[in-house]
Amino acid sequence: MPIIKVENLTKVFGKNAGNALALLDKGLAKAKILKETGCTVGVNRVSFEVEAGEVFVIMGLSGSGKSTLVRLINRLIDPTEGSVWVGGEDLAKMNKENLRRVRREKLSMVFQKFALFPYRTVLENTEYGLEIQGMKKEERSKRAKESLELVGLASYLNQYPEQLSGGMQQRVGLARALANNPEILLMDEAFSALDPLIRKDMQDELLELQENMKKTIIFITHDLDEALRIGDRIALMKDGKIVQIGTPEEILVNPANEYVEKFVEDVDRSKILTAEHIMKRPETITIEKHGPRVALERMKEAGISSIYVTDTKRNLKGYVTADDASAAIKKEVRDVNEILKTDVRTIPKNTSMNEIFNIIHNSSVPIAVVENGKLYGIIVRGAVIAALAGEGEVNL
Amino acid sequence: MLDFTPRIPIPEKVEYITEKIQDTFAFLFDPIKNGGNDSLEWLAEGLAGIPAILVILIVVILAFFVSGKRFGLAAFSLVGLWLIYNQGLWEEMMLTFALVLISSILSVIIGVPIGILMSKSKTAQNIITPVLDFMQTMPAFVYLIPAVAFFSIGMVAGVFSSLIFATPPTVRLTNLGIRQVSRELIEASEAFGSTGSQKLFKVELPMAKNTIMAGINQTVMLSLSMVVIASMIGAPGLGREVLSTVLVKIG
Repeated sequence: MPIIKVENLTKVFGKNAGNALALLDKGLAKAKILKETGCTVGVNRVSFEVEAGEVFVIMGLSGSGKSTLVRLINRLIDPTEGSVWVGGEDLAKMNKENLRRVRREKLSMVFQKFALFPYRTVLENTEYGLEIQGMKKEERSKRAKESLELVGLASYLNQYPEQLSGGMQQRVGLARALANNPEILLMDEAFSALDPLIRKDMQDELLELQENMKKTIIFITHDLDEALRIGDRIALMKDGKIVQIGTPEEILVNPANEYVEKFVEDVDRSKILTAEHIMKRPETITIEKHGPRVALERMKEAGISSIYVTDTKRNLKGYVTADDASAAIKKEVRDVNEILKTDVRTIPKNTSMNEIFNIIHNSSVPIAVVENGKLYGIIVRGAVIAALAGEGEVNL
Repeated sequence: MLDFTPRIPIPEKVEYITEKIQDTFAFLFDPIKNGGNDSLEWLAEGLAGIPAILVILIVVILAFFVSGKRFGLAAFSLVGLWLIYNQGLWEEMMLTFALVLISSILSVIIGVPIGILMSKSKTAQNIITPVLDFMQTMPAFVYLIPAVAFFSIGMVAGVFSSLIFATPPTVRLTNLGIRQVSRELIEASEAFGSTGSQKLFKVELPMAKNTIMAGINQTVMLSLSMVVIASMIGAPGLGREVLSTVLVKIG
């Protein structure tokens, strides 16, 4: 059961919204509609669902409609059409009073430029959401302090926002949003105004907080690296439409169209791809059945100089080199155990490319990808380089 | 060519209408005039009744703390007030002060809500802006006419004319101040579920405070200049001294 369900959400800015909608139905492009009706299509028939506890990233370049979309979700902007279901209620159609209730109890927002009230102290800023609910001073300041503690600002209660650095100000913004104890956090480019190092710290911290809080987070960003780092799923927007929704891997590895492909081509793939994506089906011999002769035969066929050895249950036993195999044949040794080498470098499936790179450059045999003792695949040097270049075949 | 059209009898009409209003609303204007004059006089006399030395002391101390515990402003206040006393203008100054005080307070009470209304409603802004333009382009003297017409001469007429003249800056800058509050702060307040009045009192007015204060500052200045001019319609105070001097010189 998704916690947020967005259906057919559409926003057209301008006076002839009705006409523009009709043209949208005909499938006209955004630019053409602007020319014909003078209306700007902000968000165009967007539908998606977000599961509870998920970090859902909406990514797009400026003008793609992502900021409008997030404001349609808590109705800072009224939608032209469509529904936003939060816990069985449609925000798009509810009256003002109910909307206020939902905003107070279920949805909080963190803003790009922090949007802190400069005339209020850190504590007073954090209390804001509770204060307008009419909560008593003691209770709200207790909860605000807890929230500030979460983000590590417990000792700055009486400072004013301008006395804090950007990163700290955004922590206050986050604390203010958390103080209401909402189910859903809307984060509109929350880290975009911070410099890169601080941004990375904040991302880590958010993920850490999220481990304990298990909030549902809708995170808007224009930064693909950020999206890939923190998103459980990513929705990519262009011209007000969602172009692709998927996990970071799906988006990177299987771009839905040329636009997505272009978007992801500059990504540092080493951070995303893991052993599982680039491993190949291994050539193996079975220790119970095959001897040195079969081993040498298979190596010749595949054009390789070593081969992995498993038992019938695919448990990895070791490897055999071509040199050892031909020597054994000359000496008429039948048992592979005699020439079996066991100094195998194994890695789990989720090993990152960076680590693989470090291991593989001083290893003469392909690396074995092993999980629970079973051999799943091998990684050869060529595959690593091809994958980093964004060219090689990648499996999902 | 231009003489071809007959003169439209505007002055006659206006006079007629004014008389009508005076007659019809006498029940309204007369109590305001009488009650207003009485209470203004009471206030002015009350203020003038405070021992000068006490007033000077209070002002100097206030100046000292308001200027951040520096002596410059306090010293100027001391010398200035002493000089006024020394020249025998103390009572007149207190009368003028009473008029400025009352007309400024009324200007703010009327002006800030109108400014808020303008900031909230585009229609209100479209209607009120030209009215403010009109009020400010008219030379100050002109306001003496309606003031006399409705309230005859005296303090109330003075306050009335100064209200018309001095309120616009407060209205304009209140409107501007609220409209200038950043979009994100408004969104933040709405996103947390503020009601309209919570948004106004907890975000918009505090954010607009400096701009509104600049407007009020202008209003106080304009009130001062207008209550001096209003001496021509019988407002007491320093203006009367100026007027009598001018009249004597014209002779």
